[in-house]
Amino acid sequence: MRPPSPVLPNPIRPAFTEGSTPGSMIINIGPSHPATHGTIQIVAEISGERVIRSDVHCGYLHRGFEKECEAHNWHNLIPYTDRLNYCSGLINNFAYCEAVEKLMAIEVPRRAVLLRTLLSEYSRIADHLTCVAAALMELGAMTAFLYLITLRDWIYEHLADLTGARLTHSYGRIGGLARDLPEGWLTRLSWVLDQMDTYLGRVHGLVDRNRIFIDRMRDIAVLTPAEAIHWGYTGPVLRSTGAPRDLRKDTPYLAYGELDFEVPVGIKGDNYDRYYVRMCEMDESAHLIRQCVARLEPGPVMVDDPRCALPDKARVYSEIESLINHFKLVVDGPQVPPGEVYSAQEGPNGELGFYIVSVGGGTPWKIHVRAPSFVHVGGMSKMLDGYQLADIVPTFGSVNMIGGECDR
Amino acid sequence: MAAALFDRIAQAFGLEAPEIAHGVFVLHTEAANLEASVRRLKDEFGFDLFLDVTAVDWPDRQPRFDVVYHFYSTRDFVRVRLKTRVPESDPTVSTLVHLYGSAACMERECHEMYGIHFAGNNDLRPMLLYEGFVGHPLRKDYPKTQEQPLVAYRENHP
Repeated sequence: MRPPSPVLPNPIRPAFTEGSTPGSMIINIGPSHPATHGTIQIVAEISGERVIRSDVHCGYLHRGFEKECEAHNWHNLIPYTDRLNYCSGLINNFAYCEAVEKLMAIEVPRRAVLLRTLLSEYSRIADHLTCVAAALMELGAMTAFLYLITLRDWIYEHLADLTGARLTHSYGRIGGLARDLPEGWLTRLSWVLDQMDTYLGRVHGLVDRNRIFIDRMRDIAVLTPAEAIHWGYTGPVLRSTGAPRDLRKDTPYLAYGELDFEVPVGIKGDNYDRYYVRMCEMDESAHLIRQCVARLEPGPVMVDDPRCALPDKARVYSEIESLINHFKLVVDGPQVPPGEVYSAQEGPNGELGFYIVSVGGGTPWKIHVRAPSFVHVGGMSKMLDGYQLADIVPTFGSVNMIGGECDR
Repeated sequence: MAAALFDRIAQAFGLEAPEIAHGVFVLHTEAANLEASVRRLKDEFGFDLFLDVTAVDWPDRQPRFDVVYHFYSTRDFVRVRLKTRVPESDPTVSTLVHLYGSAACMERECHEMYGIHFAGNNDLRPMLLYEGFVGHPLRKDYPKTQEQPLVAYRENHP
């Protein structure tokens, strides 16, 4: 016979357990609910259909990323960064590598810079596709969902062709990239981008002026620019309020300074604007990718620096110096000089920052990730309170909280 | 443009020269002056976006913890890092939730991970960890393999 299972205490303590107004009730949504894509728990007090107040709990996917980083060498961490925002793993790779490169004072070769820019934008498209597709599906727009997910799958397969993995690419390296593009990759890229124009056009046609969609999205979860900044919102959520703040424009990194693109902004800061900003950003990303392709020239994709670049295999097998260099890089990791750095890139959901403290040697002393999803979840109840219970789903979808990045 | 702003901040805080680390202005302050410094940064210099708060543990140093804040100015596009030191015996800094709403969740995280106390923040419930978690996992003296008491072992369920 099976012994009685021990009674575990509730892992969370809600901010409130008693209703504040007569007739209200307290309900629990999640942490595993089909309408919240992502493991998140919302305790809400509702009066009729209206949410009076809410308390959002995250942390169900916490896996000790920052603790684990302190026990591995700089190079071994790259696969962990993939798993932060797994919809756009490449941007996480590159943001981490850029932070370490700043500490080591490494300048990445031109081709690698352009490819990183190109792949960041390609990942941004995939991330926005995921967000918009899931949000639309939750509102019942199955056709639009299938169009967008088809497109996303082409992108993931195309990235798998390059990196060997659909989601967890681990393609960035400290000092450059893992390998150059395979033959024919750019041809396929231009095909995917052409398809994208067609498919996004179809989704615009299905959704933009759809009565049901507008009723569900317009004037729901409205933020003003001041509120958004006060609650730490960045990325498309901040831009949907009308503030044109984009790190790619404001503090240019990679090749963004020389490229032409616009920063789409919303008017009202509601769910509809967040949807529309994301759709427009995908067009801008495609424009950026085409510019990167036009500028690509042959050249190395990895810096020629023995502190971080693995030597050529032929030399490892024929010279003792290269053999030792290879051995030291793999066993001890790249040696990063002491210092601290905060380096941020514009992730698909907002400012993705890495704060890194090094005391020298092959292992970081501390790595902290400023994850946009975590901050957004912290201010989420401001967007839920006062609207209807059913609005939680599209509001939550429009923010695109990614559990891996939020909970780390 | 950023350099001129950095000079003005350095002057306002009585520094001889601005300390810049990889493009970020670094400012050190006593824990007691933290709130006043942040208020000046926000009101006089326009650092309106609270990016981040975390701590760094230096077990062999007195005082043991650095509490590290990052702020961003959405007007001038520059970042400032504010560092303060707190001892292990009294790891207390004042809260910033009344200045920045986004500080609330990040202070909760820093509290559970490092045991830093944010005086005035009444909601320091666990954010990423769970109720009843023992210890502060990002402190250097918390072993990576440490187990927690509340989770039932699998041998209870044959």
